[in-house]
Amino acid sequence: MYNQDELRKKAAKASNKAAALGPDIDLTAYDMAPVAHEYLNDEKLHAMPKAEQDRLIMAGLDISENARGGTYFQKDTAVVHCKSHQEGIEIIPIRKALAEHEWIREYYWKLASVDTDKYTAAAELDLHDGYVIRALPGSKSIYPIQACLYMDKDGLQQNVHNLIIAEEGSELHIISGCASSPHLKRGIHVGVSEFFVKKNAKLSFTMIHNWAEDMMVRPRSVAQVEEGGLFLNNYVCMKAVKSLQMYPTTHLVGDNAVARLYSIIVGTPGSEYDIGGRVYLKKPGTRAEIVARTITNGAKIIARGHLIGEVADVKAHLECKGMILNGGIIHAIPELEGHADGVEMSHEAAVGKIAQEEIFYLMSRGMSEDEATSAIVRGFLNVDIPGLPPQLKAEIDRAIEQSDKDVM
Amino acid sequence: MLIIEDLQVELGGKTILRHIDLEIKEGETHILFGPNGSGKTSLLMTIMGYPQYKVTGGKMIFKGEDITCMPIDRRSQLGIGMSYQRPPTIHGIKTRQMVHICAGKQEVNVDELAQKVNFGHFLERDVNAGFSGGEIKRSELLQLMAQNADLMLFDEPESGVDMENISLVGNTIAKLLEKDIQRSENKPMIQQKRERSKMGLIITHTGYILDYVAADKGQVLYDGVLSCSSNPREILNCIGHEGYEECVRCIIRTN
Repeated sequence: MYNQDELRKKAAKASNKAAALGPDIDLTAYDMAPVAHEYLNDEKLHAMPKAEQDRLIMAGLDISENARGGTYFQKDTAVVHCKSHQEGIEIIPIRKALAEHEWIREYYWKLASVDTDKYTAAAELDLHDGYVIRALPGSKSIYPIQACLYMDKDGLQQNVHNLIIAEEGSELHIISGCASSPHLKRGIHVGVSEFFVKKNAKLSFTMIHNWAEDMMVRPRSVAQVEEGGLFLNNYVCMKAVKSLQMYPTTHLVGDNAVARLYSIIVGTPGSEYDIGGRVYLKKPGTRAEIVARTITNGAKIIARGHLIGEVADVKAHLECKGMILNGGIIHAIPELEGHADGVEMSHEAAVGKIAQEEIFYLMSRGMSEDEATSAIVRGFLNVDIPGLPPQLKAEIDRAIEQSDKDVM
Repeated sequence: MLIIEDLQVELGGKTILRHIDLEIKEGETHILFGPNGSGKTSLLMTIMGYPQYKVTGGKMIFKGEDITCMPIDRRSQLGIGMSYQRPPTIHGIKTRQMVHICAGKQEVNVDELAQKVNFGHFLERDVNAGFSGGEIKRSELLQLMAQNADLMLFDEPESGVDMENISLVGNTIAKLLEKDIQRSENKPMIQQKRERSKMGLIITHTGYILDYVAADKGQVLYDGVLSCSSNPREILNCIGHEGYEECVRCIIRTN
């Protein structure tokens, strides 16, 4: 049962609790007072300055809403645009949803624990906003829904809570961008996300992050996939960040549920990433795949992965490949945990460099050494993601293409 | 024209090729024979420009330019291409993309080209990823077709190819090397022959390729030394009957 007092009490107790992983952050160094921003109607949204629009495009938010099924756009602590263009798909700011819809109580803090650490606690005690995106039973999203959490005010702590619900038999695609404005130097983004993929539903969630050099990022995500459901989670981060730590967890709770998690990270000097994915396979026939491709040019990257097979007849694979191009550290930590006879789980981890042989091969086909190197790096980051709509694949390709200029 | 003069090559501090003299004229195709480990692939890699094959003496001239110290990409742009025996897999680069890379600035109809070597089904796969021996050969030929090189180096193009595909591979190479001259209304065969400009150097163990490509000369590389230059059929027969050692001895005596 939902009990707000109880939640707040638990949160208060955890408000100084350091996270299990990643450097501890002193939250008193940030300001989380609400920042007012005007709500933008369609006309004003389209009149945004070009520079800002370009930055949003990089995070997957297309102001023109061309080939988008709806938009949620939050600037600092305020919702500046929220609209669905598609029947059967609801987009509601979470504070509004909590105030107006009783059903939201069945989802809010149902998968993630409010007392996980100080970040989850902050998201309850000082919730700014966030989105609820829900695909009604049987509805299919033709175009992806775009959601953007934008940080503009320097020194801000942004606390967000999102709920994504794909009802029975629905199909929902979301592209979620997080970005900071060019003049923002430091800040912290705290984002709690809970994903509910119901029976035979399909949810793809593609996240593209564009942060600033002094940004701290602490996402806290938990997903639950029911019988026959598919959860596809893609994370792309090509830009500098001070410290990013996340370890999203997925529970496959119904027969034949599937989860696929892909991360593509390019780490620039001075950045620290502690990322990974964890999947619990709790029912027969469940499948999971975790794929990470990381490149460092001087960053420290810890790439984790954890598969837990609890029953027989589950299949899971973990692939963790890293390339050190110009200094830095890649630490791959793959974990497999089988709890029953008949689980099939495997992992493949590699940390290396670009093979000379491949460069020469491409050079013998006419490419210069630089072109060959860049083609190989792009190829390394180019992961086939089955089930991802082509336009979202194109968004990922664009992010990679753009980063290529920074890497070389 | 490719001219190699008194070439000496080291690999990992060890001399692997000595006093190599070789001349391939425009329109000519040579066959390179030799036992395992004799240095055939090394010679091809040296002509292509792989830097681990260190030239310690002599020189190589192609189309009048000294290519001895030229980087691989410049040689490729100058018109040298190679069909590898064991090319590396490049993850994330599709075969289709690779064909475009080979074509460089030229327009290319990838599907049409792929059809010629029965390779349409592989275009969306990462180049060389899990390809069988025969598939690798066809992929390499597809790339060479797009590259339109003038000097083509083939490292055992028929090894690992099944009987069904061997004629496909053979005929494709013949076409690439302009050895597929056919009676034509507009051009007498003699003129077609005269206008041939493509050059080839083909490594073979089995000699199957000779059934498809009318090669002009055969060369035997033995222990790092080019020991014989003669009719390729004759060399093949000699090797078949007497073995390499005897074959080389015979030639040295007659020379």
